[in-house]
Amino acid sequence: MVRIGAILLGTGLLGLGLLAGCPDNSNNPYPGSKADANVLYSAFSERPKHLDPARSYSANEAEFTGQIYEPPLQYHFLKRPYTLVPLTAEAVPRPRYFDAAGKALPDDAPAASIAESAYEIRIRPGIRYQPHPAFARDAAGRYRYHSLAAADIAKNTRIQDFEHSGTRELVAADYVYQIKRLANPRLSSPIFGLMSEHIVGLKALGEALEKAAKADPDAALKLDDFPLDGAEVVDRHTYRIRIKGKYPQFIYWLAMPFFAPVPWEAEAFYAQPGMADRNLTLDWQPVGTGPYYLAENDPNRRMVLKKNPHFHGEAHPAEGSEEDRRAGLLADAGKLLPFVDEAVYSLEKETIPYWSKFLQGYYDSSGISSDSFDQAVQFTSGGDPQLTDSMREQDIHLITAVSASIWYVGFNMLDPVVGGLGEDRQKLRQALSIAFDYDEFISIFLNGRGIPAQGPIPPGLFGYVEGVAGLNPYVYEARDGQIQRRPIETARKLLAEAGYPNGRNAKTGEPLVLYFDTMASGPDAKSRLDWMKKQLDKLNVQLVVRGTDYNRFQDKIRKGNAQLFEWGWNADYPDPENFLFLLYGPHKKVASGGENAANYDSTEFNSLFERMKDMDNGPARQQVIDAMLEIVRRDAPWIFAYYPKSFGLRHGWVHNVKPNLMANNTLKYRRIDPDLRASRRAEWNRPVLWPIILLVAALVAVIAPAVIGWRRHEGKTA
Amino acid sequence: MLAYILRRLLYAIPILIGVNLLTFTLFFVVNTPDDMARLQLGAKHVTPEAIDRWKVEHGYDKPLMLNAAATGSAQFTDTIFFKHSAAMFVFEFGKGDDGRNIGNEIRTRMGPSLAIALPVFVIGLLVNVSFALLMVFFRATYLDLWGVVLCVVLMSISGLFYIIAGQYFIAKLWNLLPISGFAGGIDGIRFILLPVLVGVVAGIGSGSRWYRTIFLEEIGKDYVRTARAKGLSEGRVLFRHVLKNGMIPILTGAVVVLPLLFMGSLITESFFGIPGLGSYTIDAIQAQDFAVVRAMVFLGSFLYIVGLILTDISYSWVDPRVRLQ
Repeated sequence: MVRIGAILLGTGLLGLGLLAGCPDNSNNPYPGSKADANVLYSAFSERPKHLDPARSYSANEAEFTGQIYEPPLQYHFLKRPYTLVPLTAEAVPRPRYFDAAGKALPDDAPAASIAESAYEIRIRPGIRYQPHPAFARDAAGRYRYHSLAAADIAKNTRIQDFEHSGTRELVAADYVYQIKRLANPRLSSPIFGLMSEHIVGLKALGEALEKAAKADPDAALKLDDFPLDGAEVVDRHTYRIRIKGKYPQFIYWLAMPFFAPVPWEAEAFYAQPGMADRNLTLDWQPVGTGPYYLAENDPNRRMVLKKNPHFHGEAHPAEGSEEDRRAGLLADAGKLLPFVDEAVYSLEKETIPYWSKFLQGYYDSSGISSDSFDQAVQFTSGGDPQLTDSMREQDIHLITAVSASIWYVGFNMLDPVVGGLGEDRQKLRQALSIAFDYDEFISIFLNGRGIPAQGPIPPGLFGYVEGVAGLNPYVYEARDGQIQRRPIETARKLLAEAGYPNGRNAKTGEPLVLYFDTMASGPDAKSRLDWMKKQLDKLNVQLVVRGTDYNRFQDKIRKGNAQLFEWGWNADYPDPENFLFLLYGPHKKVASGGENAANYDSTEFNSLFERMKDMDNGPARQQVIDAMLEIVRRDAPWIFAYYPKSFGLRHGWVHNVKPNLMANNTLKYRRIDPDLRASRRAEWNRPVLWPIILLVAALVAVIAPAVIGWRRHEGKTA
Repeated sequence: MLAYILRRLLYAIPILIGVNLLTFTLFFVVNTPDDMARLQLGAKHVTPEAIDRWKVEHGYDKPLMLNAAATGSAQFTDTIFFKHSAAMFVFEFGKGDDGRNIGNEIRTRMGPSLAIALPVFVIGLLVNVSFALLMVFFRATYLDLWGVVLCVVLMSISGLFYIIAGQYFIAKLWNLLPISGFAGGIDGIRFILLPVLVGVVAGIGSGSRWYRTIFLEEIGKDYVRTARAKGLSEGRVLFRHVLKNGMIPILTGAVVVLPLLFMGSLITESFFGIPGLGSYTIDAIQAQDFAVVRAMVFLGSFLYIVGLILTDISYSWVDPRVRLQ
């Protein structure tokens, strides 16, 4: 017994010794790291699929590509509404217009007379790429790694394994090269279809490349051998993009990584046989001019961005609102970016460990999952969110922002029961819009993280009207200066006028049964779906929920077999066109495979949309938008549900955080106070050793009687 | 013995073809190549042309199993099934839909999966066998009774609870170990301690009860009575005789799962941030990445067959009466 007790005690003491002997906190998940290093720690929950700027389109990918690649334009970090400013370009380009004969037109020429728009972009000289072996040259000026033998490639499993690296200046040809890459059939760029409708010659280039790819499936496509009419190099630092007709929203695409430069050397380097087998592709090892480069790419564990030593330099913005000044966002004005030397992103699939590590100080910022919402946030009597005392004690700060996105319940306008533009159908949909009390939904299911939607355009975008002036009069009304949902009696009246008094068909007497298609499943979804049924119970209308998987759901929407469905949209760019086009008739899902999932088609709305999309922001455009909103609110092809509100948290040592829902390159503005973080981590993570002592004691107490019993027993039988 | 192993390996070929066929059928009943393309291309601005291009690039533009337009053997070989399955029999798994080499991924992720699964298996086996022997030693006493009660309690608790409780107490409340994460080399020990501890504790209930049953069955046999009659101590009877004979079902049960340890554990890997093969498989299912799903099912089936062969071999090793022919 003494021997076993001694072993257990020894083990316990050894454990204590090991923990006590740890150079840092024993629960530190970053072995070998220095707590006071200028490193930002964050997490990602889903491994990025693509880091190639021609392919990447997801928000979780943009978190990386946004820091590495530099399109010609970017969004101003602080200004609202969102404003485009130059990034690598010298200025934000203004389009020049031409008629069918190639004659220049004035800026205010009517859209119908414009055959082509030309954007001439001049990039700043002297910008250089990150260090990369694709640029490395030998003494004779030849590329070191462009004609590697299979054995040489086999020796290198990571980019860092290549001994030499180089750089070169960014030139206009790199931008043109990337535009051509959008048409490469082997890359399946998600925006090729859309851009081929706008960029002159892109569709033809796609067809030519497809033909070449089919003719020789194993050969690399040399894009320089294929001309593109709509993108040309003017001089070393200038290029021109030609667009069919007028497409003012094109300028926003120039702030996305799709239009970032890609050096041909990188493609040539990665195209060598054997590279792809080692995951050495542009899709996984990006090459850019941005403030950071991807130093470690292990999407199964962690991804590390390091400061690009060749970064051209950029100053922290000096313009901002008074509110920004008060929040300290202008304190670093004029200082050289980026502030953080390194950013470490760890894979964290589950919310519990993520949240715990944030509270331990091992992540610098965090979202708030529904599990931890009550622990972090409480609402004041006025309904404003504020941090709980425990969060404030830890000097944690709350960041909120209304997303540039919308959730809605769509009516299939082709459906014989809820579809159509007749007055009775309008009233039916208006009645249902009143009955679905999304104010309640936001409170119950979103912890207040949303704003009831009044129309398709979310706040922060041109066209959105704040307050009572912007309410949807068919669903809401102004009472005491507040926006209030219309009473359910109004909905009942509308339902009766639609031919369904008390929820029954006036002619046949049959109850009105509606079908809601959803991908939602699981216990959380059940309560939401029960809530939806309850909303229609108020009108004595039955709601049948048809749960299905993602594929079948998409299939139903494509074929127009759904009746009611829930859908959402995130803005690509901050222009009302990006939301109103979701209701544009020619974009009907069933007829054209477009994004108009409700298949709404109003001649009145369509013609206004065609006018509005080419207009510059101003009172005239606002007037057209107001008219469009009136039509769409009256016709109610959607139940405008809510604009989601994002809540985030940051520790007190993280500075320069302002939600920018359009920009994805905001890492360069972040500043941290590593010393403060190191001291707080040490304070919050002191190992508690008594449980180990207690455990050893408990084990001794449990095992001792067993050992005594054993010995007695053995003594008896021996 | 060698002839037996070769014969069993040959039997494995039709089994693997069958498994492959079944996986293929089940996968494509739920997902069409168009669905896969849409998921990969994203939810926005996806045109039918883009879907067609994706399918051509990824080899999903052919008929599933029978190419009626082709002639001769091409009717079967110029199909998605053949093109995507044949190479697997030489362990060429190709690329996932994200463009990453599957073989590379498997090699990289096998280590982390084993780093958790192997210690859990070995330590768990030792702890469970020891605890079971202890209960058998004190059979029909209060220690045995409470031991069984403890086992039933431990069995009744969800595996997820052990994980969350372990993370909460050990990593969050007492700050003793990292809550999740992984590192290579010596640094990795800190990260695997907690999942291994949780894995071992979570398995004590079921494991110990099963081994206890085996040992109790053995302890009533004639050879044990003979050993006792010869005057051997109870400890000697248990460890020298009962344990040795009880090892036959234990060993065979253990050996069959040994190769499958490579495949990792989904929940443990997910919660502890272990970049292993378990999470790889689930990610692929969620992403409708048929290439990865197919490769992982193939690998799982192959390892299971290997496990069964090893079991047969271990039979003959622990029980000289068994001969493999």
